[in-house]
Amino acid sequence: MRPPDPPFALLAELTHRCPLACPYCSNPLTLARAASELETDEWRRVLDEAAKLGVLQVHFSGGEPLIRKDLELLIAHAGQCGLYTNLITSGMALSPARATALAQAGLDHAQLSLQDTDALNADLFSGSKNTLAQKTAAAAMLRAADLPLTLNAVMHRGNLAHLEAMIETALAFGAGRLEVAHVQYYGWALRNRAALMPTRAQIDLATQIVTAARARLSGRLVIDYVVPDYYATRPKACMGGWAQRFLNVDPAGNVLPCHAAQSIPDMHFDTVREKSLGEIWRNSAAFNRFRGAGWMPEPCQSCERREVDWGGCRCQALALTGDAGATDPACALSPHHAEMLATAQNEAAAPAPDFIYRRY
Amino acid sequence: MSAAGIASSSCPALARGVKMRFDEARSQWMLNAPERVLVLDEIAQIILSRCDGVISVEDLCRELALEFAAPQEIIQADVMEMLADMLHRGFIRL
Repeated sequence: MRPPDPPFALLAELTHRCPLACPYCSNPLTLARAASELETDEWRRVLDEAAKLGVLQVHFSGGEPLIRKDLELLIAHAGQCGLYTNLITSGMALSPARATALAQAGLDHAQLSLQDTDALNADLFSGSKNTLAQKTAAAAMLRAADLPLTLNAVMHRGNLAHLEAMIETALAFGAGRLEVAHVQYYGWALRNRAALMPTRAQIDLATQIVTAARARLSGRLVIDYVVPDYYATRPKACMGGWAQRFLNVDPAGNVLPCHAAQSIPDMHFDTVREKSLGEIWRNSAAFNRFRGAGWMPEPCQSCERREVDWGGCRCQALALTGDAGATDPACALSPHHAEMLATAQNEAAAPAPDFIYRRY
Repeated sequence: MSAAGIASSSCPALARGVKMRFDEARSQWMLNAPERVLVLDEIAQIILSRCDGVISVEDLCRELALEFAAPQEIIQADVMEMLADMLHRGFIRL
């Protein structure tokens, strides 16, 4: 077997600690404790190995990466390795001095999350206080430090009515890019699915709004749109294909093909504490298990789109069929597709239950 | 002459947060942009490496026409179409 092509991106989850408690958090249900986190020198080695392996971009994420006091050191080190550096932050702990320090460390770009444009909702969806005001201030601090900014808006049944306002807020914040990301149902979001699931009509309206805004704001604001699986007919190429473009190092040093992969049982993940990133990328059993098309069952195996969508998402297949090796039920050819759609429609039509918050 | 937001007098530059680099691992020129990577072919790399925010599209195409011994009109049509696409996708600014 020829060695795999090099990955493009590394998601470096520096910590699972976070001041927010969003009910759709993409972290696993079992969070890594602070004592298990990689040390500064271990992260430096990971960054060296990532650059050597062919990674082009590193996304510093969490939890809230600003909680790590060595963040600036790691950003500077990544830059010295030739990596493009991106910070994925809630902005909650940001100060003007810290924003300046990030820029001086050579940070290339920051992505700031926004839960809603309504202050009460923003607190409700983050399980925190005063979030909208703090995020508005954080956006101003990042712009004052001359950092290019993306606004990340996770959308669900509770805030889709404010999508137009989200777009206006991205412009007001001085963002060059807006991610309109419908919730993906893994981890905490799967647990809160009924509280988050929109109706088909909400989704269709959102798609219209995004399409119109893209045309209206061309050249001013780039809008990336993450479509929801439950109302799709073809699956997304999750992570651009399992173990093909992307790797994730969690706070404790486990190396994962995606940030939800730990939900798959019977899967052993190698750690950067024992092996190099390159060795893990090439040889890890977890990476090789669903890499390429050889593992695919029918109807994927004979499908002309098998190297377009790569069978969809393994974690979603597991969550909805009990088998991580099944066709993603987002595909209309999956025997579980009708059941997935009915689940979405039923949950969206029922009153929203209370959130179960992610607590560290 | 203009194409979707680009005029011959426009002076494009890489957008904020966009960087060009040669990627040793893949032996290719790349644009790194916020959470996106774009592989550049030789022509795109030549054009974008000259987009410094000072030179106009018209002057840039005049240079290329001389260097590649091709009619400026044809070059300019292709360059403007390519730049309009790059502007729409947020890789350049005017």
